[in-house]
Amino acid sequence: MSSVLYDNPGPRAKRRNVLYTVGFLAVLAVLAWWVLSALADKGQLDADKWSPFVTDVRVWTTYLLPGLVETLKAAALSILIALPLGALLGIGRLSDHRWVRVPVGTVVEFFRAIPVLLLMMFASAVYAQFTPVSSDFRPLYAVVTGLVLYNASVIAEVVRAGVLSLPRGQGDAAVALGMRKGQTMLYVLLPQAVTVMLPALVSQLVVIVKDTALGGALLGFPELLSQNRQITANYGANTIATFTVIALIFIAVNFALTTLAGWLERRLRQGRKTAGVTESAVTKTGEAPAEAVSGA
Amino acid sequence: MFDFLDSGQYDLLGAFWVTAQLALYSAIGSLIWGTALAAMRVSPVPLMRSFGTAYVNFVRNTPLTVVIVACSLVLDQTLGVTLGGSDFKEIGFRLAILGLVAYTGTFVCEALRSGINTVPPGQAEAARALGLSFFQVLTLVVLPQAFRAAVTPLANVLIALTKNTTVAAAISAAEAAFLMKEMIENEAQALFTVFAIFAFGFIVLTLPTGLALGWAAKRLAVKR
Amino acid sequence: MKLRNTSAAVAAVALLALTATACGGGSDSGSNGDKITVGIKFDQPGLGLKTPDGKYVGFDVDVARYVAKELGYAEDKINFKQAPSAERENLIKNGDVKFIVASYSINDKRKKEVDFAGPYFLAHQDLLVRADDTSITKVEDLNSKKLCSVTGSTSAQNVRDKLAPKADLQQLGGYSECLTGLQNKRVDALTTDDSILAGYASQKEHQGKFKLAGLRMSDENYGIGLKKGDDELRGKINKALEKMVSDGTWEKLVKEHFGPSGYKYESAPKVQG
Repeated sequence: MSSVLYDNPGPRAKRRNVLYTVGFLAVLAVLAWWVLSALADKGQLDADKWSPFVTDVRVWTTYLLPGLVETLKAAALSILIALPLGALLGIGRLSDHRWVRVPVGTVVEFFRAIPVLLLMMFASAVYAQFTPVSSDFRPLYAVVTGLVLYNASVIAEVVRAGVLSLPRGQGDAAVALGMRKGQTMLYVLLPQAVTVMLPALVSQLVVIVKDTALGGALLGFPELLSQNRQITANYGANTIATFTVIALIFIAVNFALTTLAGWLERRLRQGRKTAGVTESAVTKTGEAPAEAVSGA
Repeated sequence: MFDFLDSGQYDLLGAFWVTAQLALYSAIGSLIWGTALAAMRVSPVPLMRSFGTAYVNFVRNTPLTVVIVACSLVLDQTLGVTLGGSDFKEIGFRLAILGLVAYTGTFVCEALRSGINTVPPGQAEAARALGLSFFQVLTLVVLPQAFRAAVTPLANVLIALTKNTTVAAAISAAEAAFLMKEMIENEAQALFTVFAIFAFGFIVLTLPTGLALGWAAKRLAVKR
Repeated sequence: MKLRNTSAAVAAVALLALTATACGGGSDSGSNGDKITVGIKFDQPGLGLKTPDGKYVGFDVDVARYVAKELGYAEDKINFKQAPSAERENLIKNGDVKFIVASYSINDKRKKEVDFAGPYFLAHQDLLVRADDTSITKVEDLNSKKLCSVTGSTSAQNVRDKLAPKADLQQLGGYSECLTGLQNKRVDALTTDDSILAGYASQKEHQGKFKLAGLRMSDENYGIGLKKGDDELRGKINKALEKMVSDGTWEKLVKEHFGPSGYKYESAPKVQG
């Protein structure tokens, strides 16, 4: 697309681009120098603040890796429960029956409107007061519950959009073949919609991984981000170093997931030409597909 | 059950007012920053393209809590950037906006890019044939259509932004979640009431946005 | 066709994961069998800290070990569990822990929900300032200062409501974040209980950098939290605490954990039977 927006640069345009590049580089360099020199000035780049992450393997084995495991566990459980639930809600919202469509729609809109943080805190309080769930699992349950409630309603919308993006003819043809509504959905519409939805679903997984971090500070869920308290308490308040390392781990995990999403999207787009499914919703309605969004 | 609300100890409306302000300023900021990022990502200058891509990939994959705490730890505590705020409450508020803009801008950028992708190549080609520069092609022809196509994803981003303001509690911006934490600490017996109040508050803030923008998306969609 | 196989595989993995977690659901609660679960802090140097070796050190931890020993539990029978401030009452009420030793101040509001043994230590709200800073000598000085404390903590509320309403108070997620600000001269003082501050000040990375102002702005009687109405356990713990003071262990532990900071701690408070 980008190449459509501008002509191939001629000699003057090339010179201008070089000028822009140099100017932009200068701005970036000045910014970086300012930040780094100030950090060094305040002793934040001192070796003893950063070296534990390289020299002391126990930082990883005692704090960071167990934290990462908790984060991934909560994320995996959440997506596994949210997927079928979200699919059900999405189909429910497409129902021909008003008494199904309206309540399901209300539930979806309700949970989409409330911050995940609030949902988690609420879930935690409910588990603490009304269920015998032991405190070893309560934070995990609360985090997963909050994430499932929110993400199931987001996935419901993704499913709905995916099904709606299919050409009308698909459903009509199924009806003409004498299929019942359930059969049409299960054998004709959903399998095709899945191909449209998959990249969006993987992006939603990134959101889930990031949102597990919300459960750390308030609920005492021992996920990756919350490990910074124990690390900084042990290594002389090296907060900036610790937050940087934790951020890099999150970025690595999520970057892997986004790469997977991109790969899936390319694969499915190639497959689509031969599968005979029409182009995505984008060109049909003149509307861009929804981005996965965090719901803290 | 509601008697603790009458004591005047908790400024509920004030807290939600801060939340609304945070959301509004951050929304304006992230729309601008997101558009700039999107422009960089499609620009003819390779370095800007790589910067835009790298920025989006890094910031979008970082938890918002980390972005906001980094604003406080690095900018305020180490570099002494106060953004003109006079006390910590004001500085926290402004830094929270900065953090939210830095984070939400990446989502705005991606929504816009998907919007740009809906604009038929012929539009840009026609504009170039008329002799418009890259900047003119972008601002006069492509972006206006891209924005109209991207209303729905942008609406989702803005709603998420409203809810994400709760994370600003981490650096003592006195918004709704900050107050809620205090109320839970002090009024443990009224847990459900407290939750109901805050849940209702957020629904009031986000639902109208969603409905209005949903309506706008239908009105503005480019019919092709 | 290919896709259907993939979904089947995904479903199988999902099912496996679910059953696996369901099977792993067993847990040990407060007084299961011959083990005892005790709530402590994991992130407060000097009081309760999980070290990189996975060990637990601190004054509160050693008090917990002593009390558990007096109750008949050897050291390897103690199961330490993190007790974040906001979760303490829940942990006790649900029976997740037998008792909690985690800089837990006795006050009337908490007494409505849990019982306290002790007190075993008298702390005061105080300030941690840079070692070369002599500008704070009394509480009134605070009104023109920049303070930092942890979001929603009692210390933060005290400053705002009573001690120095005009002080510029920054509330952050943790003490370490405040320390970064203090080190970089962005804030003038970190305020919370002097016992916690002493723990930070005596860490080897911080020795000589910070000092306590010694202002004693409140009285915090640390008690051992336990289930409401369990008078038998409370009596036993109180007896253990009395013994700990009389046999010199208390003095030894306080010296060991708070010594290096030059923290002038109070003598052992009288246990309230």
